[in-house]
Amino acid sequence: MAIFINKDTRLIVQGMTGSEGTKHTGRMIVSGTNVVGGVTPGKGGQSVEIAGKTLPVFNTVAEAMAATQANASVVFVPPKFAKAAVIDAIDAAIPLVVVITEGIPVHDTAAFFAYSQSKGTTRIVGPNCPGLISPGLSNLGIIPADITGPGRIGLVSKSGTLTYQMMYELRDFGFSTAVGIGGDPIIGTTHIDCLRAFQDDPDTDAIVMIGEIGGDAEERAAAFIAEYVTKPVVGYVAGFTAPEGKTMGHAGAIVSGSSGTAQGKKEALEAAGVKVGKTPSETAELMRQILKG
Amino acid sequence: MDLFEYQARDLFESHNIPVLAGAVATTADEAEKAASVMGGRVVVKAQVKIGGRGKAGGVKLAQDAADAREKAAAILGMDIKGHTVHKVMIAQAAPIAEEYYASILLDRANRNFLVMASVAGGMEIEEVAKTQPEKLARVGIDPNVGVTLDKAKEIAKLGQFPADVQDQVADVLVKLWAAFVAEDATLMEINPLVKTEDGRVVALDGKVTLDDNAEFRHANHADLVDHAAANPLEAKAKELNLNYVKLDGEVGIIGNGAGLVMSTLDVVAYAGEKYGVKPANFLDIGGGASAEVMANGLSIILGDADVRSVFVNVFGGITACDAVANGIVSALSILGDKATKPIVVRLDGNNVLEGRRILNEAAHPLVQQLDTMDGAAAKAAELAAK
Repeated sequence: MAIFINKDTRLIVQGMTGSEGTKHTGRMIVSGTNVVGGVTPGKGGQSVEIAGKTLPVFNTVAEAMAATQANASVVFVPPKFAKAAVIDAIDAAIPLVVVITEGIPVHDTAAFFAYSQSKGTTRIVGPNCPGLISPGLSNLGIIPADITGPGRIGLVSKSGTLTYQMMYELRDFGFSTAVGIGGDPIIGTTHIDCLRAFQDDPDTDAIVMIGEIGGDAEERAAAFIAEYVTKPVVGYVAGFTAPEGKTMGHAGAIVSGSSGTAQGKKEALEAAGVKVGKTPSETAELMRQILKG
Repeated sequence: MDLFEYQARDLFESHNIPVLAGAVATTADEAEKAASVMGGRVVVKAQVKIGGRGKAGGVKLAQDAADAREKAAAILGMDIKGHTVHKVMIAQAAPIAEEYYASILLDRANRNFLVMASVAGGMEIEEVAKTQPEKLARVGIDPNVGVTLDKAKEIAKLGQFPADVQDQVADVLVKLWAAFVAEDATLMEINPLVKTEDGRVVALDGKVTLDDNAEFRHANHADLVDHAAANPLEAKAKELNLNYVKLDGEVGIIGNGAGLVMSTLDVVAYAGEKYGVKPANFLDIGGGASAEVMANGLSIILGDADVRSVFVNVFGGITACDAVANGIVSALSILGDKATKPIVVRLDGNNVLEGRRILNEAAHPLVQQLDTMDGAAAKAAELAAK
């Protein structure tokens, strides 16, 4: 079953005609994703050939949905135009928008997130994220499809490369869905949203949760786990050595004063019964032990 | 980017938020000149991006221009919690009747913005929240609605401002919101917001953080960057468009992806405990690790005199390991004999066998490969200890 995306996902790509959009549309098609079209304002009516598939281009998400019955979108447009693209998708009431774009001003994200909340019809994943994959079923974004196949572990992570690393470490088990939720200060889908979905997903047996410094999303996720999640969860937190007041790559990855530290997050997760690994490989080993019983 | 107080003051003024006269000075001469233009008593304030400067002796009242010169001479060059004072602000002194607080900030947890305002100001707002929470208004703001005049009046009431200043405070909040949006700020704090003895509400000290992601629509924000304080390696890395943070260890780190690099720092720190070494930096070369990017990254790290070994940790997702390996080989040939430190490489993921083969074939004397992140971290730490 997987979460958020499955074999019935019909995808459009916003920014498909740009270089990144074209490249990743090809990868998504090759990994079995049902890409049905693209959106580039001003280029409606054209069609493009990608990975052996002829894909229609539309001016708006609403037009694309009407013509293709798309039910999900991936956004590859540059930061300057990302807000307009996401608003377009929300106006069309598409159920899922995955925003890959890195570098969107947080005022823009705050505005489109609030707009999506007021409409209540669109889930946003990201921005500044690698997307999500249900191996063998659908792949929305830039997560490499060949790291591992389908399985019964659910994964949620702020970081792209740590997602890949963890999928690789546990490649002999496979994953139901892996979700990269993104490293920006405001993101549309949180650890908690994914934990809830994995808990409710009959095809997920155990959950890996990867966090990093900044904000208090991991602390709140820990409280949610204690209250709602009965499936085993293992955790990993990156950034123990990050100095205070410095942004570590991700716009949201910053320790401010004594808040947002890796140590605080680790302690909160452990207090909620989550086994937390010191390194990615130790975390994978904790999951391995759980799955082997 | 965090601003200095004088920059915050100027920004407030440009958005019609009431402030007192103020000028920045980098020498005692300039301070005297600014004070004499202003006339009367002035306050000489150290410009440092850290709290607690008052207690450290970085804020002094001066009776006249000559006194301002003396006070500035004493403050310039001071060390406040590790920050050297290069600039002072000369601010008009005003008789203060009351001190309040007002701020707008990004609220990550609620994914919107938060206005805080309180009749109790002049101290850390955390302190007010702890000791007098009933006097602190905390109101979430819908980014698509903003702070309307009605909302601002409601906040002024909640923050228990006296009736005679509520309208002025509400006006400041509306203007502060306009400035917050116009400048793409993630924090604008006025502390204290004061009532002068003649009844005016004025921003006396400010803290502003601007969103680096919004630079593309604020050409003028580049002028606000404090080049003097930037670490030279960090400045050079920024020019080369690299995500680099200097730390105080010995093992240089290069990786792809912010999360993986943060994790690499941690793993190196654990491995380094045994050898008394720590990570020297954070450097994320991002998705497309071309030879040029790798060469730029390596040259920054090898330019750090503290670095004794380098750990290149790459998980090939979109980036193929063969491209990374080629990047390392060409980087080393570009750098020639400028490359002198041992380099430990761990490649995994997309096209890893080809990547490892390329490095084996090149057989560069400085480069050695290990298969796992933990093993490679231990090796890099060991090499840094020697």
